[in-house]
Amino acid sequence: MNFISFLINGLSLGSIYAIIALGYTMVYGIAKMLNFAHGDVIMVGAFTVFWGVSMQGFDPFLSLLLSITICIILGVTIEFIAYRPLRGAASKLVVLITAIGVSYFLQNLALLIFGASTKSFTSIVPFGPVRLFDGQIIISSETLVTFAACLIIMTSLTLFIHKTKPGQAMLAVAEDKDAAQLMGINVNGTITLTFAIGSGLAAIAGVLLCSAYPVISPYTGAMPGIKAFIAAVFGGIGSIPGALIGGLLLGVIEILGRAYISTQLSDVIVFMVLIIVLLVKPTGLLGRKLQEKV
Amino acid sequence: MAMLEVRDLEVSYGVIQAIKGISFAVNEGEVIALIGANGAGKTTILHTITGLLSPKAGSVFFDGVEISKIKSHKIVAMGMAHVPEGRRVFAQLSVYQNLMLGAFTRKDKSEIEENLRNIYRRFPRLEERKGQIAGTLSGGEQQMLALGRALMSSPRIILMDEPSMGLSPIFVSEIFAIIEEISSAGTTVLLVEQNAKKALSIADRAYVLETGNIALEGKAIDLLDNDDIKKAYLGE
Repeated sequence: MNFISFLINGLSLGSIYAIIALGYTMVYGIAKMLNFAHGDVIMVGAFTVFWGVSMQGFDPFLSLLLSITICIILGVTIEFIAYRPLRGAASKLVVLITAIGVSYFLQNLALLIFGASTKSFTSIVPFGPVRLFDGQIIISSETLVTFAACLIIMTSLTLFIHKTKPGQAMLAVAEDKDAAQLMGINVNGTITLTFAIGSGLAAIAGVLLCSAYPVISPYTGAMPGIKAFIAAVFGGIGSIPGALIGGLLLGVIEILGRAYISTQLSDVIVFMVLIIVLLVKPTGLLGRKLQEKV
Repeated sequence: MAMLEVRDLEVSYGVIQAIKGISFAVNEGEVIALIGANGAGKTTILHTITGLLSPKAGSVFFDGVEISKIKSHKIVAMGMAHVPEGRRVFAQLSVYQNLMLGAFTRKDKSEIEENLRNIYRRFPRLEERKGQIAGTLSGGEQQMLALGRALMSSPRIILMDEPSMGLSPIFVSEIFAIIEEISSAGTTVLLVEQNAKKALSIADRAYVLETGNIALEGKAIDLLDNDDIKKAYLGE
């Protein structure tokens, strides 16, 4: 029964990784850049709810909506100010370094506003845990909400991409920006939309993460951000189903590693996964080989 | 008034000037060929017309409106389609998705449906393969898809960049027959080609480009008889 509990915990953590990984993978797929500030958008999302619920006494659900809105505005602003002027840059390294700079900027901004100390985060899930098999397996309410959120997000995102015009525009821009423009697609607008979706999802992931592991600090987003990046690479960066599979697998590997191998080494195991993936199948589980266009 | 007019156009890639001040016009209903060797600047001109590149000097007018500063994605909606060099179909999307992306700027569902039926009639092979991923089509089929996709926007003028490149002789003839058909259906055509003989045989007028300048212009029929042209481009 322990194993099943671990598995459920792993899938729950993995669902959060998957939601974060979506932001990485969509932005990579469409703007062809790694947005390393994505993890810190999670932190901003969680801090907004912390500010709303614990400091102002707002309704948790309202705070969540506020958090999503703020993260969307933040993500779109970051793209507009920091990344868009560099889109024609000769080296991709320039954008990558800028993203790391934005990440430090957000962390230090939170440090300035909220201080360095770790604070306890009040879960926004209003109901208690569910007990199965005479209490042998306890599933926390946060886990249930996380599963539901992940399912809803994956389904709606898939429908959005395959059934709507902006979704089709994303696929076209992901593949060939010039050809997409010749179809009458606003490429900059599509990239903005991608950042908006990714950042909104980051807010949700941040709140779920801090509800499940109820502490928060300015560095809350850094480690989950990097792990979600690994999940995106694991599943095949650029692929949305890849983000889901990569996220879930990574969550399970981390929790099982922590339970059966070593608590201290669980992060090492996760990073080893990245190294192994890069050695064995650099395109990830569902990744396609990028074809260089001539 | 010409439908499309290029006036004193200059385009540079960094310090290298690719187009050195050229002017030409395309009238409604015409088929105009731009011919010239590799590197003469043909593709650069098309890219500048549809806004993928910005001119250093000069202007482009479409229906009398200056479009040199209008964003590429808005120019399509004005009625200009561009079939890029190398086809550039969305290789990971289906034939049907590619065609529907061609109609991206259009809103009227029934018109889009009607257009799709017309394109399937013109290219039955695309209908047979509508569910197939575009990257798995042959080169000739991809060229048909690229043409069909451009036609989905119901353009008044269509710019084609080397539509015959890399195709087998049978497909080359088929593509040129289709271009004539598109023209006779009332769409104006600006055709960039290295296959000068074929291009001149279907064009009304033509411009011969040499390293960023227009070296020669005239009726296609006269150019076919021109000795310099014969020597340089027709291999006779």
